[in-house]
Amino acid sequence: MNDLDVSKSLSVPELKRVAVQMRKDILYMIYEAQAGHPGGSLSATDILAALYFRIMRIDPTNPEWEDRDRFILSKGHACPVWYAALANRGYYDRSHLGTLRKLNSILQGHADMKKTPGVDMTVGSLGQGICAGVGMALGARFQKKDFHVWVVIGDGEMQEGSVWEAAMSAAKWKLDNMTVILDLNRIQNDDFVENTMPLGQVQEKWQAFGWNTICINGHDMQAVVDALEEAATIKGIPTIIIADTVKGKGVSFMENVPAWHGAAPNAEQYEQAIREVEGALI
Amino acid sequence: MISPYHFLLPEVESVLLNSDFFKTTKKHATRYSYSEALFEVAEINPKVVVLDVDVGKSLKTNEFAKKYPHRSFNFGIAEQNMMAAAAGMATTGLIPFASGYAMFLSMRALDQVRNSVHYPHLNVKIAASHSGITPGPDGVTHQAQEDLSIIRTIAGSCVIAPADHVTTKMAVHAMAEYDGPVYLSLTRDPVPYLYTSDYPFEIGRMVTVREGSDLTIIANRDLVAHALVAAAQLSGQGIEARVLDCHTIKPLDEEAVLKAARETGCIVTAENNVIFGGLGSAVAELLVENDPIPMQRIGVRDTFAESGPYYEVIDKYGLTFPHIMQAAQKVLDRKHAFNNQMAKGEA
Ligand SMILES: Cc1ncc(C[n+]2csc(CCOP(=O)(O)OP(=O)(O)O)c2C)c(N)n1
Repeated sequence: MNDLDVSKSLSVPELKRVAVQMRKDILYMIYEAQAGHPGGSLSATDILAALYFRIMRIDPTNPEWEDRDRFILSKGHACPVWYAALANRGYYDRSHLGTLRKLNSILQGHADMKKTPGVDMTVGSLGQGICAGVGMALGARFQKKDFHVWVVIGDGEMQEGSVWEAAMSAAKWKLDNMTVILDLNRIQNDDFVENTMPLGQVQEKWQAFGWNTICINGHDMQAVVDALEEAATIKGIPTIIIADTVKGKGVSFMENVPAWHGAAPNAEQYEQAIREVEGALI
Repeated sequence: MISPYHFLLPEVESVLLNSDFFKTTKKHATRYSYSEALFEVAEINPKVVVLDVDVGKSLKTNEFAKKYPHRSFNFGIAEQNMMAAAAGMATTGLIPFASGYAMFLSMRALDQVRNSVHYPHLNVKIAASHSGITPGPDGVTHQAQEDLSIIRTIAGSCVIAPADHVTTKMAVHAMAEYDGPVYLSLTRDPVPYLYTSDYPFEIGRMVTVREGSDLTIIANRDLVAHALVAAAQLSGQGIEARVLDCHTIKPLDEEAVLKAARETGCIVTAENNVIFGGLGSAVAELLVENDPIPMQRIGVRDTFAESGPYYEVIDKYGLTFPHIMQAAQKVLDRKHAFNNQMAKGEA
């Protein structure tokens, strides 16, 4: 993707190429670290590609820009996808990718806003990023700023009570300057969400909490882009995009397998995974 | 020559001085020792049930769930609900072992731990893996460097941080029999096997694992092994350190601390936990009111750590045996200065 000018808003075919590069980077980081969370990073890749390379108002040369859109990966364990987006967008050199989880690295095991340029909120304890998102949206409104806050949460994460506390407050304050994207990959750490703690009627629950809901296939790049663009136009009510995704997307042996929530590939698996991810473009 | 060590595995004692001791010695993460012991206590006591919060795979309590599906309850990623539910279960006579990560059990669910578990003094057992900085690569959000201090400040709490596999299993048995809340601190990363099955585990009793009269090192959990290595190296310099394994931080074995103060005249504490409110504080609080001898504390200073391999992280943040040796030298210098001053005062 070296020929792409990432400072421009990318087209859907271009975003697909970016997503392939991000998936390769995710696998590389986790392989080098021999630790990390591939499944939930790969399921959120297309969403972050669309946000960082088309939707968000950002300036990688000025990561502290006050008027930038904010992004929070509330499911912070999936930070390799965030690091891949930021590196490819030019926030820092790609050479950092090999240092994930190592001593003295700018890329911590869970994202750290004081160490990584472009990370807008420190995350890792599930169910807190979305609450911070509410705070950022309120901060924007109070200071009459027009930036938008984007938050990605996990479906397992939705089991935390604090997610619902955030949901209530965003509805109370009609936070239309905040959009949550639910990475509905149906797997958490121990097992499938349905076996661990079923979520019931997800869309109806968010609606009952006063949210506008948009349901999409989270790997259909056109649908992802359309939903994000639509969400930003909805007024007077917070929006959640419920993205149907596949945990481990793009790597056949990782797809829909709970064991790949938090495991690193060995050399052979890594090579196969890279081949498969590259094959997505052909 | 009689060995100064007690209850130490012979194969450990013989290699304490090896430069690659921590690399080569056999290790086991005590989170697994915990879940292995659960099978034993569940056999003995039908009231024992196990509660999870979507990290059963990480503690291998999922194995327990496979064998005893009806005695196993996975609450999903909802630590607060699990903790208060554990309190409720305890009121009905069950003995819930609420399992999870130290960060989220001691901090996310702290209000529940205090108000629903400890205030009514209910029989809830909290099994906390990833205690202290025992997860390295996961980074700060998973490194519960404050958990022992936090739980220690709650009235009526009992806090246990065993050093190895054998003593963790003993602790699980002891806490199942103990009436009241217990917090069990477990390691995410593997720590050396240390002890024989003769180890006399009793809640609230420190164990002298090395004899010595020049100074005393009081350590817990993963730093006991470092204290033993430090003591072995100090011995080569003619310094004989007593090593106390303080597996129960609360209630503190005051008798053992005061005896050590009397007999060795100075103390180093070593804990993989913040220096605020943990083992070092507990010992200092006791000494300052009874026998204020020179003391040095090894622990995490006023900082968060970072991601990295476990050993590299605890070394960078000042917790490994070379740091304990430095503290020992410093406390000995202070003891000698202190004694000289006393002698002058008497003359
Ligand atoms: C408060 C809290 N409890 C537990 C954990 C440990 N943990 C990390 S990831 C995870 C499962 C997350 O599942 P989900 O939100 O569905 O993420 P995804 O499947 O998209 O990776 C758990 C339990 C945590 N990070 N934070």
